[in-house]
Amino acid sequence: MKKISKLSTIYLIVMFFILYAPIFYLMFYSFNSGETMYQFESFTLDWYKELFGNTRLLIIVLNTAIIALLSATISTILGVAGALAIYYARRRRVKNTLLSLNNVLIVSPDVIIGASFLILFTMIGIKLGFISVLLAHIAFSVPIVVIMVLPKIEEMNTSMIYAALDLGASRWNVLTKVILPYITPGIFAGFFMALTYSLDDFAVTFFVTGNGFTTLSVEIYSLARRGVSLNINALSSLLFVFTMLLVVGYYFITKRNNRPNRLGVRQ
Amino acid sequence: MKQLIRALLAVLIVSFALIVIVYRLNTAQGYTSGNTLTIFNWGDYIDEELIEKFEEETGIKVIYETFDSNEAMLTKIEQGGTSYDIAVPSEYIIDKMREEDLLLPIDHSKVPNLQYIDSRFLDLPFDHGNKYSVPYFWGTVGILYNTNILGDREITSWNDLWDPDFKNQILLVDSAREVMGMALNSLGYSLNDKDKNHLLEAKQKIDSLTPNIKAIVGDENRLLLQNEEAAIGLVWSGTAQEIMWENENVEYVVPEEGSNLWFDNMVIPKTAKNPEAAHQFINFMLDPEVAAQNTDYVGYSTPNIEALKYMDEETVNDERFYPDEEMTAKLEVYENLGKRMLAYYNDLFLEFKMHKK
Amino acid sequence: MKTRSRNIYLIPYVIWIALFVVTPILLVLYYSFFDIDGQFTFENYKKFFTPVYLKMTFSSFWYAFLITVITLFISYPTAYLLTKTKHKQLWLLLIIIPSWINLLLKAYAFIGIFGTYGAANSFLGIIGIGSKQILFTDFSFIFVSVYIFLPFMILPIFNALDELNPSLVDASNDLGASRWTTFQRVIFPLTLDGVKSGCQIVFIPALSLFMLTRLISGNRVITLGTAIEQHFLVTQDWGMGATIAVFLIIAMVLIMVLTGKRKRGIL
Repeated sequence: MKKISKLSTIYLIVMFFILYAPIFYLMFYSFNSGETMYQFESFTLDWYKELFGNTRLLIIVLNTAIIALLSATISTILGVAGALAIYYARRRRVKNTLLSLNNVLIVSPDVIIGASFLILFTMIGIKLGFISVLLAHIAFSVPIVVIMVLPKIEEMNTSMIYAALDLGASRWNVLTKVILPYITPGIFAGFFMALTYSLDDFAVTFFVTGNGFTTLSVEIYSLARRGVSLNINALSSLLFVFTMLLVVGYYFITKRNNRPNRLGVRQ
Repeated sequence: MKQLIRALLAVLIVSFALIVIVYRLNTAQGYTSGNTLTIFNWGDYIDEELIEKFEEETGIKVIYETFDSNEAMLTKIEQGGTSYDIAVPSEYIIDKMREEDLLLPIDHSKVPNLQYIDSRFLDLPFDHGNKYSVPYFWGTVGILYNTNILGDREITSWNDLWDPDFKNQILLVDSAREVMGMALNSLGYSLNDKDKNHLLEAKQKIDSLTPNIKAIVGDENRLLLQNEEAAIGLVWSGTAQEIMWENENVEYVVPEEGSNLWFDNMVIPKTAKNPEAAHQFINFMLDPEVAAQNTDYVGYSTPNIEALKYMDEETVNDERFYPDEEMTAKLEVYENLGKRMLAYYNDLFLEFKMHKK
Repeated sequence: MKTRSRNIYLIPYVIWIALFVVTPILLVLYYSFFDIDGQFTFENYKKFFTPVYLKMTFSSFWYAFLITVITLFISYPTAYLLTKTKHKQLWLLLIIIPSWINLLLKAYAFIGIFGTYGAANSFLGIIGIGSKQILFTDFSFIFVSVYIFLPFMILPIFNALDELNPSLVDASNDLGASRWTTFQRVIFPLTLDGVKSGCQIVFIPALSLFMLTRLISGNRVITLGTAIEQHFLVTQDWGMGATIAVFLIIAMVLIMVLTGKRKRGIL
């Protein structure tokens, strides 16, 4: 393989710099003894100290993580099933209809999704709180998973499946031994995108939450009227560093054990 | 396949571990016990020490949820499925909630501390006799300007804003009633004007302000003005106070033509599960010492006349935030215009936003 | 047998569609026929065809188009270069992680960076261009939107490139094709599916962007999303909001049909 040229390296460095610039900006000001993200007055760890006494915020962070992980997992399973269903649909019209229905939630603005889910949940009598938020997050993450997985399935060589069937493989075996391993990169990509959607969402969660259950983005948005305090910066920085360590650590551990278990790699 | 199963198991194990931790924390905090009070308020709009104090005094556990706009809050309460015991909406929403029968009447015999509220702020058109609501904080709408950028230039009226010197210097708020109200007031009309000709005139007037407008923003105006990103801002007095704490170069003025007087009041939604505790909480918040402490923390103007005695004099005598009777007489409270009229205000405002330089 | 296997994938997916897609669509359709007083009317549809809303539709499409094209031009080389790096999966993850930090916080960071006294202007000052208004311009709006959508574009393209059989590229090179010809005739066509799904997940949500229009462009850019937001949350004119949403959904279906695969599904 050719080595990457200098110019390419510079391009990538600039990309990563831009992607991380706002985050470092947030982290920098989390050490500000002033009140805001502007004039940096002097260095302090007060915002971090303040965080550790705050059980309410801790519960909110954990809630957010639980919702993100569970909703991403379940929506990935649903999304893979959906992508297979679309793939197996023989008629083009059925396929297009399914795909269009799939994308409705991506195009609909959050407020509409939130308001209609709220109506839906109150109609069928689901108590607002953990369950309703989880269901809503699963619902709006499914389409993104389908979109990430579908191209992978479609580029799969169909003769592989026929060959497996001819050799007497059962349907289940074809799925687990042929199809799923092939589309694994797409599945992981879908999972990570679903996580992103869940962590980012504010409007839908706001409408369907209740009974004391809150996620981090709802909390942050509601602070906007009085100005987001820097302890939120401190919190985000901690979470960021934690995620970073987790991801990099996980990557190198799996790498060392030589078990390819990552996004974008086929077994 | 193996890696998929392994990843799935890992995620599930982590999630369930987290669920257990959250459950433990919730139980340790007492959120699972029966005697709870659920409050729905703006973010960071109460001194949290007071919640703890209330919990200690009464043994009631407070669940605190937040919202970021009146309308979003209203939608949730309208739809049901929630059981907020206390909510803190602004006055024009209270009018609507009352009309739509979403509120429980407040039993005044359980709220003796109501006597400490300044009579100026009681019995207002949006809730005659304070049957459904009790004032929490109040304030005005006005102009904030930066003397560092504008020099010794003084602004006293709405019409000053149309000065060509202020090109690209003004930040408006993204809210139809405030911006239309500014134009109506500058033309000498009422904030609650329903005459379509007057409104069209007002719309033309704000269109002509376009060259001076830098941006139409939301709550981030606080950051922008504080950081001298723009010289002039249309702001609520609460925002103005917060900016003044951070930046000494700014001045706040309630324009001489008159302006808006706003309230955030405490109400008990119809879906409340614990109205008894809600009354206790309202009465607690009206206690002069408690109200004074809360005002020190939040920084908005308190309607509690007794509380003023516990606060420092400089704040209390600040006419910009505690205007005298003569000034308050010029201020108008927003009336419920009715859905159609409000939609018309918003349509005009949308057209104004589409009006490019 | 094939029919049965299809059904198994279909069941969970169709339940999801019925509950969380069809119900909201029906609700939206239903609301679009009512005016603000709850009377049945076609007024909303008439109103959509007035200059205000047509202009808004046009500008939404224009900005979404710009955002998609720019995101694609930045993402393709990034994805390509990432596939050439050593720890490519790790780098890919590092592209996604920034999107896990709350959007509002990042928007505030951008307000700080692009502000009159911010880092971007200091930089312009140093290289001699001098201070410029960056915040509240089309430039800042498109920049931040592209920033947000980048991972959504890079991921599918990366996966497509990663799957590309290197021997095809080698063969093309051996046959004397220039690098550009190889890219144009071999690499790009084979990754077209990834590009397509990337464009879909960027263009469609970009049509209904709302928060950034206020935070970063100071309401100088008004999109359909902004209008829906206002109708649902401020005016409480759900009818008009729903009507705009109906048109957004129609636009999305058209886009899906136009970019859809011509090839029939096999199996």
